[in-house]
Amino acid sequence: MKRYSVFAIAREAMRQHAGWPRAWASPTPKAKYDVVIVGAGGHGLATAYYLGKNFGITNVAVIEKGWLGGGNTGRNTTIIRSNYLQDPSAAIYEKSRSLYETMSQDLNYNVMFSPRGVIMLAQTHHEVRGYQRTAHANALQGVKTEFISPARVKQLVPIMNIDGPRYPVLGGLWQARGGTARHDAVAWGYARACSDMGMDIIQQCEVTNVLTDGGKVTGVETSKGKILCDKLGGVVAGHSSALAEMAGFQLPMESVALQALVSEPIKPCMDVVVMANTVHGYMSQSDKGEMVIGGGTDGYNNYTQRGSFHHIEETVRALIETFPMISRLKMLRQWGGIVDVTGDRSPILTKTPVEGMFMNCGWGTGGFKAIPGSGWAMAELMANGHSPLTEEFSMNRFRAGKFIDESVAAGVAH
Amino acid sequence: MSTRLATAGRLLDRASTMEFTFNGKRMQGHEGDTLASALLANDQMLVGRSFKYHRPRGLVASGAEEPNGLVNMGAGAFFEPNQRITTTELFEGLAAESQNHWPSLEFDVGAVNAKLSRFMPAGFYYKMFIHPRPLWKHVYEPFIRKAAGLGRAPTEMDGSSYEHFYAHVDVLITGGGIAGLAAALAAGRAGADVLLVEQTAHWGGRAPVDGAQIDGLDGDTWVKETVQALESMDNVTLRNRTMGTGVYDHGYALAYERLTDHAPDQDGPRHRLWRIRARQIVTATGSIERPLSFAGNDIPGVMLAGAVRDYAVNFGVSLGDRTVVVTNNDDAYRTAITLKDAGLDVPVILDARPTADGSLVQQAREMGIRVALGKGIAHVNGAKRVTGVSICLQAGEGSEIEEIACDAVAMSGGWSPVVHLWSHCGGKLIWDDAQSHFRPDASRPPLGADGLGFVVPAGAANGAMSTAEVLVDAFQAGAAAAKAAGATGKTGRGPTGDTPKEEPMAPVWLMPQGASYKLRSKMWLDYQNDVKVSDVQLAAREGYESVEHTKRYTTLGMATDQGKLSNINGLATLAGALNAPIPAVGTTTFRPPYTPISMGAIGGEARGELFQPLHKTPMHDWHDANGADWEPVGHWRRAYAFVRGAETVEQAVQREVTNTRENLGLLDASTLGKLIVRGPDAGKFLDMLYTNMMSTLKPGRCRYGLMCTENGFLSDDGVVARIDDDTFLCHTTTGGADRIYAHMEEWLQTEWWDWQVYVTNVTEQFAQVAVVGPNARKVLEKLGGMDVSAEALSFMDWADGTIGGFDCRVYRISFSGELSFEIAVPASQGRAFWDALLEAGAEFGVMPYGTECLHIMRAEKGFIMIGDETDGTVIPQDLGLHWAISKKKDDFLGKRAQERDHMTDPTRWQLVGLETTDGSVIPDGAYAVGEGVNENGQRNTQGRVTSTYHSPTLGRGIAMGLVLHGPDRMGEVIEFPKVDGTSVKAKIVNPVFFDPEGEKQNV
Ligand SMILES: Cc1cc2nc3c(=O)[nH]c(=O)nc-3n(C[C@H](O)[C@H](O)[C@H](O)COP(=O)(O)OP(=O)(O)OC[C@H]3O[C@@H](n4cnc5c(N)ncnc54)[C@H](O)[C@@H]3O)c2cc1C
Repeated sequence: MKRYSVFAIAREAMRQHAGWPRAWASPTPKAKYDVVIVGAGGHGLATAYYLGKNFGITNVAVIEKGWLGGGNTGRNTTIIRSNYLQDPSAAIYEKSRSLYETMSQDLNYNVMFSPRGVIMLAQTHHEVRGYQRTAHANALQGVKTEFISPARVKQLVPIMNIDGPRYPVLGGLWQARGGTARHDAVAWGYARACSDMGMDIIQQCEVTNVLTDGGKVTGVETSKGKILCDKLGGVVAGHSSALAEMAGFQLPMESVALQALVSEPIKPCMDVVVMANTVHGYMSQSDKGEMVIGGGTDGYNNYTQRGSFHHIEETVRALIETFPMISRLKMLRQWGGIVDVTGDRSPILTKTPVEGMFMNCGWGTGGFKAIPGSGWAMAELMANGHSPLTEEFSMNRFRAGKFIDESVAAGVAH
Repeated sequence: MSTRLATAGRLLDRASTMEFTFNGKRMQGHEGDTLASALLANDQMLVGRSFKYHRPRGLVASGAEEPNGLVNMGAGAFFEPNQRITTTELFEGLAAESQNHWPSLEFDVGAVNAKLSRFMPAGFYYKMFIHPRPLWKHVYEPFIRKAAGLGRAPTEMDGSSYEHFYAHVDVLITGGGIAGLAAALAAGRAGADVLLVEQTAHWGGRAPVDGAQIDGLDGDTWVKETVQALESMDNVTLRNRTMGTGVYDHGYALAYERLTDHAPDQDGPRHRLWRIRARQIVTATGSIERPLSFAGNDIPGVMLAGAVRDYAVNFGVSLGDRTVVVTNNDDAYRTAITLKDAGLDVPVILDARPTADGSLVQQAREMGIRVALGKGIAHVNGAKRVTGVSICLQAGEGSEIEEIACDAVAMSGGWSPVVHLWSHCGGKLIWDDAQSHFRPDASRPPLGADGLGFVVPAGAANGAMSTAEVLVDAFQAGAAAAKAAGATGKTGRGPTGDTPKEEPMAPVWLMPQGASYKLRSKMWLDYQNDVKVSDVQLAAREGYESVEHTKRYTTLGMATDQGKLSNINGLATLAGALNAPIPAVGTTTFRPPYTPISMGAIGGEARGELFQPLHKTPMHDWHDANGADWEPVGHWRRAYAFVRGAETVEQAVQREVTNTRENLGLLDASTLGKLIVRGPDAGKFLDMLYTNMMSTLKPGRCRYGLMCTENGFLSDDGVVARIDDDTFLCHTTTGGADRIYAHMEEWLQTEWWDWQVYVTNVTEQFAQVAVVGPNARKVLEKLGGMDVSAEALSFMDWADGTIGGFDCRVYRISFSGELSFEIAVPASQGRAFWDALLEAGAEFGVMPYGTECLHIMRAEKGFIMIGDETDGTVIPQDLGLHWAISKKKDDFLGKRAQERDHMTDPTRWQLVGLETTDGSVIPDGAYAVGEGVNENGQRNTQGRVTSTYHSPTLGRGIAMGLVLHGPDRMGEVIEFPKVDGTSVKAKIVNPVFFDPEGEKQNV
């Protein structure tokens, strides 16, 4: 792999950038791999990466029906935080956040992780108590957060109206080392590193069936033919139920549209990420200057990657209340992604009834932040059959009723 | 130099003069000008700076596709960044400033980036700024952020207002060019309800500029007559300054009407968002010209040929005195002819095609314009404006054959249909080889719920490129849409047009064909985002082969024009680099809105206090006037406390508790949910919903009930009163009213649809007051009217009657541990009843109390509160509420779930009371720590606080909490760390802190 650096750029600048190699190869699939990962989203690629990096397993193929990073990984609003309430969540999200800190150096690819801080606003007494609880929990979990006063909120976000007529700001849960990263770069950086380890990333290749023999996985049928493997990892987000069905089991999951929108770019006016769950809206400003805005999920299941406009209306209205200045900005683009939502809104990282097949899914509205941590833990689970980070996220928890419910603290978990 | 011509300008009122300023400089224009045309008339070629390299930018287009002409406009509460000047109508006093430069437009320090551009190819930031790590956040990123962005951020509350309109129509037609007008004629005559919207202030689109002849009339005359004809049809509505914004599922569409942008002094809303349900949608959105990729195609003075013509014909403005035309098609010859007609110089038409002999070509030649075939531009000379062009062979590598001095270049790379609205909801495209563009594939339209198409493309938006074809296509489209929408009238004959015969265009994606890297790195695809041909080629070489990868890696098409000019050129460049056919590369996804729309319009009228529905109880105004410290609860506001004089909120709360315990308190309980459940199966239904048995409740009695989700978790509680055999009244929590109502309906509609039960939400039909405290009975007896003695109305009874002349229903229930009556009166009587209670209660020490007092009193009594003791993970068994879970019932919602392993796990935390050893108040949300850490290194815990208060009654901190084996550990002391590093110790006690025998309430 040709290393990226300012010197490499300078060198290439002198020869018309003709010497840059491909970031990742585009191979034809081999007949068999040790491990096949289905889905080249962030989670699938990170899983492959850590299989190689932490366990030396590199005879790996990542199979993607479209283009890598083209699912929710490439359409989310990139909020990264780990101030979750429940222990299992805090553990995996904090692992993930800490991996983000060094991801650019680790991958030699600038993913622009920007720990500019995340505030979750408390706008009802109920929310105040909820976030105070999270702050207490986080302190014991080793996650650095702080419940801050309205005055501090205002100081961090001068454009905010903290005296809103309906929901004045009563405080906020502040995670200074939360922030954002460039979503595409995360997928691309992992893809480049995987390719460099000799793994095959096979795009435009749809898995159409899971092959088993005596209850054990043997491979997959794809649009580019049969590909055999010893272990199979399904990391296909919104299409997880479909993949599970191919393997003959069910997952407690629904697929719904989650939408986002951006304004036209303006000069910097807000450094931190703000989430307002009472009114269902959140906003940050990208490095390009666009205000990046998101809200709640649609109320019905669908696969179209479009959503209903009334949700956009509600979100924008809520944010105009919180940030009156956006009223005179214009919406440049709106889009949707299909998110995979489980019964308790927490992810599933699990062995399955099919031996050798594992699933990593259910990240729903908030899995971008989890990409490196999830890949790390999933790789451990696939390689060793056990990971302390995935323990509580097994699919069996639904049978036992052992939910990991984060809605306790926040309505939506981005 | 650009100037105002002596010729008229078809949209101008030359008699009027308007003053405006640009970067503080005073200028003049005319009514009918856009800000763009007025600036050109004042020779303001330079209008902005590009995003990345801060290159000088002039106008390239005349409409919604313009990528460069963006300004800050207005001031204060009316300030707005990124206003596109080509779609901004001039008005008197307009004040605009150019954007993205420092210190000035003419001299921009950021332009140093252009000098460094060789170090900043596509994606350079992914490869740089990696080391050392902290520098990204503290140095690089802040620098990049500062340099990025376009306009300034507004700082004030928006001074304008906005509104939403609703329309239900048979046929929505977007685009008021001749295609839209012809489609409207057909659909209107067929009898369909038609809404025709046009984004500009004018009807007719391009045709009148291009000299179309329709039905023997010149374009303007035909348009005028047709608009009149349409206006006279009752079933047709026309709206200009209204843009079709987006098409969504199920025939939902948005249109964006700009009501006062052009006349800011006019009263009324600034923008109006039309939310439209249409049976059929006709997209008559026209087409957009493509630039050509030659070196220096971004220098101010290089403009689309069609736009040059627009400025000349519509606004009487010339871009330059000497304009070189460069093209790969016949249409651009119209520009040369127009300019020549206006007395301007056209030194040469460079036509990249090897041959050209269409009628327009001939006409140009006859006018004496030099036509050079097989030629192109090697590079444009000039920096802040064009000074000349170097000519080369299109088939060559760019060696200069000739240099020509000029001050403007009009370019045309062919036309692309505007397919956005067609595509928003899933309409598919096909590649048209002859025209080298994507157009709608009529066989794969967006589908409605019936599986049939609901969008019909028309005219140029459908790839019809001549007036004659456009009219035929659009009239048919209008007729087809009307028919599909169910209209049956006769459409008659459609308009017909005359078109000079044009010869085929030739695709030219690179000029010259063999251009060197040096030239390719000066060919702009995306003007605003500074994406060049060489960038797309680099992306392809590095493996970013999917069109989405290329777009994202280079930022092609991601600017505020969303690639209206750059997309097709970029795709073609990518296809070339990959050696793949263009259709195999495909397009990126078209997403709404077509052009950016204001957030204000999206929000509509619902802003400020009413941005969400606001529920007010009948006593709301009294509360407001009497010191209420409001807290939002759902869509209600409730008084947290009533603050008197100089006291603090905390003091008010303590006073309210003490007074209610000692004298008399009033609580406005109107917000509690009230659901009437009625029918022969009502009892059976409630037995399924509540964990308790409700069917055995006697009329006249009340019972406290719990509701769980299917997963077994406690979700709501409240008192149920049986009114008669078939009727129950269920109280829910304030936040629960709508949710539980929907929950009941869901079960009734989806599972038990054959049960005879109706549910009615009467929450707002009644005002309800809790009369609480030792003097509660006294005040009711003073008001008189019904017997509220312990004998007549015992605990958990209810009765109808009158009190003080008010018809009411009295429930003898208590959430405070005091003697208490909850009294419901018709909402219209609520305020009067409240006033009567206050007046009569004066001698008994009456004081209203708020929600915090309510909370404290219930905590003193160990009563649970939904949302405090519960959080979606707690089951009734955790809270010691076994007594409220019927063992006799076969089933209820949550029963099976509560039998699962984890639910019956003896290590589930259980409800207890907590008493701090030092009398202090445990902080909200604190956890009790256990020994050691778990496998993930997190501190083990053994409980948590659920409610915590200072109890004025007991004079100390009290709390409720869930603790591991809690009920078995009475008297044990556990430790709660605080976030400041200290901790507080608390003893595990019975959660009923006050009056455990219930002596106070049972009097
Ligand atoms: C609008 C929006 C905003 C969001 N905001 C945030 C946020 O701010 N912060 C945050 O942390 N998270 C956010 N999320 C959630 C986050 O995007 C996702 O949780 C995360 O990206 C999921 O990554 P993934 O790799 O699991 O899924 P994906 O990126 O969707 O990858 C799954 C891949 O599997 C492929 N695939 C599916 N079926 C098959 C098959 N049969 N064969 C082969 N390949 C297949 C798909 O094509 C896809 O590429 C948001 C999501 C959306 C939609």
